Amino acid sequence: MTPPIPAAGPPALPAPILEGRDLRVAYAGQSVLDVPAIEVREGEVLALIGPNGAGKSTLLRALGLLERPTAGEVFFRGQPVGTSRRDLLVLRRRFATVFQEPLLCDATVEANVALGLRLRHRSAPEIRAQVQVWLQRLGIAHLASREARSLSGGEAQRTSLARAFALRPEVLLLDEPFAALDPPTRDELVTALHGLLHQEALTTVFVTHDRNEALRLGDRIAVMMDGCIRQVGPPGQVFGRPTSEEVARFVGVETILQGQVALDRNGLLVVEVDGTRIEALGRLRPRQRVLLCLRPEDLTIRRQDESGHSESARNHLAGVVEEVILLGAQCRVRIDCGPSLVALVTKRSLEDLALAPGVPVVVSFKASAVHLIPH
Amino acid sequence: MDLLWEGIWEATRLILSGDPGVLQITWLSLQISGLATLLSLLLGIPAGVCLALTRFPGRQLLVALVNTGMGLPPVVVGLFVSIFLWRSGPLGPLGLLYTPTAIVIAQLVIAAPIVTGLTIAAMQQLNPRLRLQLLALGASRWQLLWLLMREARLPLLAAVMAGFGGVISEVGASMMVGGNLLGQTRVLTTATVLETGKGNFDVAIALSLILLALVFGVNYLLTWIQQRGRRP
Repeated sequence: MTPPIPAAGPPALPAPILEGRDLRVAYAGQSVLDVPAIEVREGEVLALIGPNGAGKSTLLRALGLLERPTAGEVFFRGQPVGTSRRDLLVLRRRFATVFQEPLLCDATVEANVALGLRLRHRSAPEIRAQVQVWLQRLGIAHLASREARSLSGGEAQRTSLARAFALRPEVLLLDEPFAALDPPTRDELVTALHGLLHQEALTTVFVTHDRNEALRLGDRIAVMMDGCIRQVGPPGQVFGRPTSEEVARFVGVETILQGQVALDRNGLLVVEVDGTRIEALGRLRPRQRVLLCLRPEDLTIRRQDESGHSESARNHLAGVVEEVILLGAQCRVRIDCGPSLVALVTKRSLEDLALAPGVPVVVSFKASAVHLIPH
Repeated sequence: MDLLWEGIWEATRLILSGDPGVLQITWLSLQISGLATLLSLLLGIPAGVCLALTRFPGRQLLVALVNTGMGLPPVVVGLFVSIFLWRSGPLGPLGLLYTPTAIVIAQLVIAAPIVTGLTIAAMQQLNPRLRLQLLALGASRWQLLWLLMREARLPLLAAVMAGFGGVISEVGASMMVGGNLLGQTRVLTTATVLETGKGNFDVAIALSLILLALVFGVNYLLTWIQQRGRRP
């Protein structure tokens, strides 16, 4: 058993509003969730990211009191959550959840947005007022009297969001709310949600497998894999300083190389990778084996026949383009420099540099762009 | 063909003149089958909802039994209800055999599995995640059941129609447990059988037309409720 984490964090941090301790969920003896501690702080957006089947939704349901964990406890505002039907109902009515499917009732948009308020027996004028406000704020006022079953995916998800926001919940739980939408609709909705979450300063737990959504909306990010939280922290830390190879891969590090620290020149390390020397920043001892991580957007490419490099980059590796993959406006270029590196360049630079397999190039990156994971 | 036309002519006359005998039979049919349907709903809907939404050992066997019950032959029901209500049978002392109550009981036995079975199907076709969403919106247990039933209202109304249709048109059981006593247990279907046997085709046709009109009227009403505000 892990000892319970302190109820209050350091004074600078807002108090956790929702906490899970030693949460475990197993289906038919098969463990799907094992989280010793998770806390959601008042006013923050905590993004749970991870591949499919990582246990994100299970954790969300456990925190949202929608699924009883096999073991462990949930705390709301420092108090353990009771198990009686009555206690659960009272607390559930202080939360709101939006799922991947809009799950609207067979009624008008207006009636759907009003549903949660009706269940709470609010007065008719209050319900009308709230519904109006949230139909407006989600840009669906013109759909008020439409039947829910006639809505498009994006409209339906806006209705589902309005239905949740209208409850003015203390915690908003979002379970991949945009995963089923087409990209333009998704972008629109992420923007709308981003605005609303900031205006409302609403405590939110947001499950997604899309790291861009997590980066956009999350104040903190928890990376989940195989039912466990592998790393949690601010986006910059999780994306820039992943603590394991799997997390690194999931957050978009495309170059992960095995190496060994050769020298330490007062914090400027020289790491040897397959005979190639790469400079990095860090506090590791020589001979320490490491995984060397490079994000593709941190690499720059120039042709070998071009002269001069005025950049501040300390690492310049000569190599040959192996592969070019077009991804819309950007391209992923794989370069063989001894070790194989992956860089992201704009389509424009791809054309300017006339990059194609076989072209000799120089790849440059700063020592600070290199992240080392002791191995 | 003359027989048919004469029959229809006479039937129209009988209906339009408001023949008290025909009216009494019609009213009794409506009362008996209406009551039996109502009771089957009170029994079948909660049972169906429960079987659809819960999981317990033996549930599958119960669902299979209900589904079998949906095709229960009325004469078999009539036979067993008769045995139970027979003077020397377990419920004999109640003296219910050959009373309208006996017909209601037999029709209830026929309609209840139909309503239960169709309720199970109606509730199971709902998106299982809707339950979680409604709980997450703060629905109490009763609110949840009410909302789920409201979501399934189309197929649930179909269950009502099937239940009513099954009993209003049933003849074997009514005949066996009711006895087709004039003014007491004679209903539209048993009367039609009797009149046809006696060669009174005009009366038989009149009774059949009324039966058809009744079934149509009730189903039209239910369909109207079901399809309100629904555009394709």
